[in-house]
Amino acid sequence: MTLFQIASRVDARGLSCPMPIVKTAQAAKLAAPGDLIEVLATDPGSTKDFVAWCRTTGHELVNQDLDLATGTYCYVIRRK
Amino acid sequence: MITETRHVDPLAEAIADAEGVPEAFAQAFEAAQPARQNRDLVLICYSGDLEKTWASLILATTAAASGINTKIFLTFWGLQTFVKDSKRITGQNAMQKMLALMQRPGISHRKLSKMNFLGMGPWMMGVLAKEHGVASPKELLEAAQALGVEFMPCQMTMDMFGLTKADMIDGLGEPVGAATVIELLNNGAASLFI
Repeated sequence: MTLFQIASRVDARGLSCPMPIVKTAQAAKLAAPGDLIEVLATDPGSTKDFVAWCRTTGHELVNQDLDLATGTYCYVIRRK
Repeated sequence: MITETRHVDPLAEAIADAEGVPEAFAQAFEAAQPARQNRDLVLICYSGDLEKTWASLILATTAAASGINTKIFLTFWGLQTFVKDSKRITGQNAMQKMLALMQRPGISHRKLSKMNFLGMGPWMMGVLAKEHGVASPKELLEAAQALGVEFMPCQMTMDMFGLTKADMIDGLGEPVGAATVIELLNNGAASLFI
């Protein structure tokens, strides 16, 4: 298990497309380059969306996890 | 007499000669590449229907959130969506006022293109959206403005419907014409006509 030094968190649980991405983009705007941002989401479409969004923006998707018990996706993104 | 024999390994020598070359080449190659540039996105928001307004705003916010320079051209019924919610009757003459009376302007008063059923359809859409955590068009509009989406009202539509700057929501850009949009498209912007 890897421990990440998280700089900011985005809680997008219960939100549908496109709000998880919109909220993460707003958090990325406030973060410093190299900062790690943790995103919690429950939208199953977010698995593909965060990969695509990172490719477009150049941020790095460091880790992605799914908590099967709660259906919560957890993404760790390193700001460009 | 002892002759020194040097065993030459051509491969090892070639590798030694090439040391640092691949890295230098890779660096030079990277430097020669133009920085990856996103294309601008231009949405032509023509329809005033609830579902199409919704789709336009979802795409606009996502594009802006992806670091893409996003512009929305508001024309015909798409412009009426961006009249202040509080305005009931707009226009200068009887016919313009009649049109506003027939179709209430403002983002919170959009109708579905099909199965509107006197507002029952949009009301049910609203309930379902709330249940599923879907942001309303109004919330998406706020997000779009916060993310720097540029709204370009159509001057011709403003004139035709008798709309003034005071009728419109805050934060819209200066009214423009079709040539401004065509220039953006000609410069390679991705475009959607919704």
